[in-house]
This record gives sequence, structure tokens and C-alpha cells, in this order.
Amino acid sequence: MTDTRYIDAIAGRGIPLRGHDIDTDRIIPARFLKCVSFEGLETHAFEDDRKQLAERGQTHPFSDSRYAGARILVVNGNFGCGSSREHAPQALQRWGIRAVVGESFSEIFFGNSVALGMPCLTVSAHDAEALLSAIEANPLVEVSLSVSAQSVEVNGRKYQASIPAGAREAFTAGTWDATGLLLDDFDEVRNVAKSLPYVSGF
Amino acid sequence: MRMTLLQKVWDHHAVRTLPTGQTQLFIGLHLIHEVTSPQAFDMLRSRGSKVAFPDRTFATVDHIVPTLNQRRPFLDVLAEEMMSALEKNCREFGIPLYDITSANQGIVHVIGPELGLTQPGMTIACGDSHTSTHGAFGAIAFGIGTSQVRDVLASQCLAMEPLKVRRITVNGSLRPGVYAKDVILDIIRRLGVKGGAGYAYEYGGDTFDRMTMEERMTVCNMSIEGAARVGYVNPDDTTFRYVEGRPFAPKGADFARAREWWQSLASDPDAAYDDLVRMDAAAIEPTVTWGINPGQSVGITEKLPSPADVGAEDRASVAEALEFMSFRGGMPIAGTKIDVAFIGSCTNGRISDLREAARLVKGHTVARHVKALVVPGSQSVRKIAEQEGLDRVFTAAGFEWRGAGCSMCLAMNPDQLEGRQICASSSNRNFKGRQGSPTGRTLLMSPAMVAAAALAGEVVDVRKMLEREEVHA
Repeated sequence: MTDTRYIDAIAGRGIPLRGHDIDTDRIIPARFLKCVSFEGLETHAFEDDRKQLAERGQTHPFSDSRYAGARILVVNGNFGCGSSREHAPQALQRWGIRAVVGESFSEIFFGNSVALGMPCLTVSAHDAEALLSAIEANPLVEVSLSVSAQSVEVNGRKYQASIPAGAREAFTAGTWDATGLLLDDFDEVRNVAKSLPYVSGF
Repeated sequence: MRMTLLQKVWDHHAVRTLPTGQTQLFIGLHLIHEVTSPQAFDMLRSRGSKVAFPDRTFATVDHIVPTLNQRRPFLDVLAEEMMSALEKNCREFGIPLYDITSANQGIVHVIGPELGLTQPGMTIACGDSHTSTHGAFGAIAFGIGTSQVRDVLASQCLAMEPLKVRRITVNGSLRPGVYAKDVILDIIRRLGVKGGAGYAYEYGGDTFDRMTMEERMTVCNMSIEGAARVGYVNPDDTTFRYVEGRPFAPKGADFARAREWWQSLASDPDAAYDDLVRMDAAAIEPTVTWGINPGQSVGITEKLPSPADVGAEDRASVAEALEFMSFRGGMPIAGTKIDVAFIGSCTNGRISDLREAARLVKGHTVARHVKALVVPGSQSVRKIAEQEGLDRVFTAAGFEWRGAGCSMCLAMNPDQLEGRQICASSSNRNFKGRQGSPTGRTLLMSPAMVAAAALAGEVVDVRKMLEREEVHA
């Protein structure tokens, strides 16, 4: 069995979600945050967007059976902007998403995704369009990505991707759940606390 | 020296460089609330971890708090469950909690400053994106998710990537009827909703120098709407005067020493920035959002853009926003009929916001078709307002006067839009569905503009109302 802490190569079918500035209120509307656990959030991912499109006779990718079971979400720019709610990446991960590829991500969404072991890779606008189109043309196509090589591959074509070095290292070294790392040198944490006048006294 | 406040505060709090290359950053103040913390405590429990520094975390309830009937148990069983979970967690881990019965309860970003918990030079984290508010004090403050709340509880630290600093200099006097809210809406409009990614925003220049702390908080609060996770103003005499005498502020000789330390943390005059932006305060109009993100705004005298007016990259977003709002490009924002007026939130729910709104409302009546409510940002704000008689000014005009909480900013309590209602709102987000109805519509503006819209029943230029008041005076 592979150790699930180490995250690098991820492959599977893709799900395309077009549009810039898709905020976390749209990923998971606030009324579903009334909970004390993250269980079951996946059933509400994009709930309002899905319903509104359905009313107009259109199908949201997260309602589209062709994308059921997809593992790699492809988006445009500033994905996950807005609220810091971890419920958003939790809902996506619990839905089955293992990695997100897009033009750019909100920093808080990105950080939350790292903490969940769900890498977000950035590609150019041009390449995001190519990936979205490739998946829309053939929902069964396999998308594969490598965190360490910073690349995404579809239909035998490799696209250059990027992920900041710290997050990249956290995934490949298996330290994306940071608590252990942050407690490794607790004496030094105590020393810093002591050195701060507002902690130790002015 | 050539250092920014961000670099200085960062260096003081850096524990070590992690094997990942990230910085382990000590968090000086951790604020928690009922929505993003219960799962974090469960994670601690399942790992058998303790809270490392229970005296550096403070809790309150704000997001789900009903503003009408606050009797326990809450009528909403899910809200009651969240409230009980927070009470249990705080008890078990020894964390102070300002609950619904406390005179100190309120929106986490309102009570931190009120209590003097928020101080210059701190690193501050909270499971809420509007934590950037506390940057108004010259703190480095930012929002985090629940797993990071767990990390802070367990270690009082976070693994952080470095931030660049963009200095936004605004000089000049704001015209009457133009407020801090208009300044930040204008900044976001110009720099874009993703313009701040990777940056901390440092707000400087004589416009910010003259602002009160409450005005600076309004500006820093919405930094995140421009994608800047951190926004700050360098601490100065205005900051120190605000902090002095508050319950958690240093006292006596300690305060003098604290003041010296705080002063030393301000950016050096010759500090090097990664980017510089300059703006003219006199050019800013009362600003109103017309779309579905806080960057989609116009001055009150301007007309809405059409997809054809904008660059190729923004065309689809503008078209989507106009369609959702049922607006047309080329129409003026003034004259847009509203159904609901909401004054409150961590952006504009402080006493100065309520005073300015009440000044406009006094002696007038809310338009018959408008539901108008005022939700103070904290119990303390509510109390001061009542002592000043502001509650009676509002209720006499037809506003509802409520208990303290986040309320209709994100509508996790019973205060929600219905159907396609349009709300003139002093809050911070106009995302689709944000105010509780999936198809509801939000127009963000200053509290004075919300008050003016409530009276007129439609979006109006508050400056005209202020001119009339002066004639009458």
C-alpha cells in the first residue's frame, strides 16, 4: 500500500468549470456551513449554481453525469476567492476532486487546499483553455499531473504548470498536514513567544 | 534600515525556516468563532493534542447569532448545535468565550479592537477572511481555514509563504459624502479583485493619516476583496490614542514602552516596496457595486459598463453579472429601486458608521416598500448607540433595531433576502446568493449611502441629501 501522505502524481478524468472569480459562496453557500462536521458537504457543492442552470435547461458540470467520478478540476482565474471557509475545498475533495488546475487561485483557498492534501496547480490562460476544451471534447480523456515536475498532461500533450516551492515540497515530502512540523521544535516556539514584548510583558 | 512593517513584524514572529522552505510564523493573537472552529477542535481531540497557548486565543459568537430572539436554545437547532459546540470546546480547552450573554459579544473583527486585544505589531489569525481588518492597527492579520485553526490551536504557529508589499498611497481630502468605504471600493475597482494576490497592501498617504481607526478598519477589512490577504496602515498617534485605556491594552509605564516598540515597527521612510500605486482622494465619488464581485462598481454619477466596453478577459464576467442582476449596460446605478437596506457587518457596523447613518436618517422616513435594518457590530456598539439615542432615531424612521452579529452580511441567521430582492448593503460582498437568497441581489455602498437609499427607496447620491441638510440647518 502506498503512503497517502506523499502526494505527487495524480491521474484521472477531468471536470471543466469555466468562469473567473468563482467565489467560495458559490462553491458552498453559507447556509450549508451550519454544521459541526464536514461530512456530507459534497452533496451541496455548487448547489445554487447547479439549480439556476437547470432552471434554464442547462447542466452544471457538477450535475453532468459525464463528469461523475472526475478527479481533476480545471478552472479559470481567481478560483476560490472570498470567504476563508475550508468547507469549500472540503466539499470538492469529498466530491472526489484530488487536484485543481487553473489560471490562479485565491491564497486562502490555496492554503486550505494544501492543508487537505489537494494540490492546486497554476497554468497559463492559454493552457487552461486548452485543458478545458480537451476535457469538454472528451470527458473520458485521462488527465495526469505531476506536482514535482509541475506539469499537466492530456492527450499526450504536456502543459507547463507551477506550484510555489513550499507547497510543492509539503506535498512531495508528505508534510502538507503541518501540525507535526510546527510542533517539531516547540522550544523555539516558546523562545519566540518569550521574545515578544506583548507576550512576555512590555 | 529600508524595511516595511510587514518585514519587521514577520521577522519578530519567525520561528524557523521549515524543511519546505516556508516560514514557521508565531501567531500572537488567535480569534475564533462558531462557524470555522468546531471541526478544528475535533481534529485536536482525535489526535490527542492540547491547545498550546490557551491564553492567546479568544472566542466569540457572531455568524449564526439571531438578532431578534436570542433566547436559548435558539429556534434554529443547527445554530444551537454550533453554539453549544463552541461553549463545550472553550470550556474543555480553557479558552475565554464572549458568548451571547456577554457585554463584550459581537463580530470578532469589531470586538478585538474594542477590547484592546488587537494591538500594533502582532500577528493575528482567525478563521475568517475579514481578519485583514486588524491590519488597521499595524498588525499583520489574515484569514485562515479550519485545518489552519487546528494548527494554531496546537502550536500557535502557521506555515507561511512570504508576501510582497504593495504600497497604496492616497493623498488629498475626501469630498463630503465620500467615505472610507468608497476609498476601498475604488481601490478594488482599479486594482481588480485578483490584483492583490501575493501582496500585502500597505495603505499610506495623508488621506489614511487623517482617517480615524474605524475608517482605517473599513479599508483594511476589504483588502481581501482585492485578493490581498493582508492589508495594513502603519501605527501612529491615532492608533495609540485608540488603543490606550482599553481592557487588554498595556497600562501605565508599560503603555509608554509599548508605544515606543509599536512606533519602531512602522515602515521606514525609505522602505523598499515591491509595487507602488498612487491615487487622488478628491477624485473618488460615492461608489456602488452593480455586479457580483466587489470590483464591479461605479461612481454614483456613472453608468454601468456593457460587455463591449471592457477588455476580452472581462467580457464574460460583465455579461454574467448584468444577467444575474437583471441590469443593462449603459443604465445609471442611481435610481435603482431597492427592497432591503442593511446597515451593519465587520466592514461598517461600528459606532461612527451608525452615527453618520443616523445623522442622515433623523427626521425622515424609510420608503414604504423598503425593509430596513440596523445591526450593530457588537453589544458595546449597540449600548453606546442607545445611550446616544441613535436607536430611537432609526426606529422612528422605520428601521428595525437589532442585536449584534454578522446578520445579513452572509445570512447564516434568520436575516435573509427573499427571492430576487435587491439590498443596499454596507457589508463587503455582493457574491451571488451571499445574502441568503440564491437569486438575491446586493449593492455594496457606504452606510450613509444605504441610509439615503432606504429613505429614497432607490439608490441616490448621498451628497445631494447632505446639501439639503445643510440648507435646512
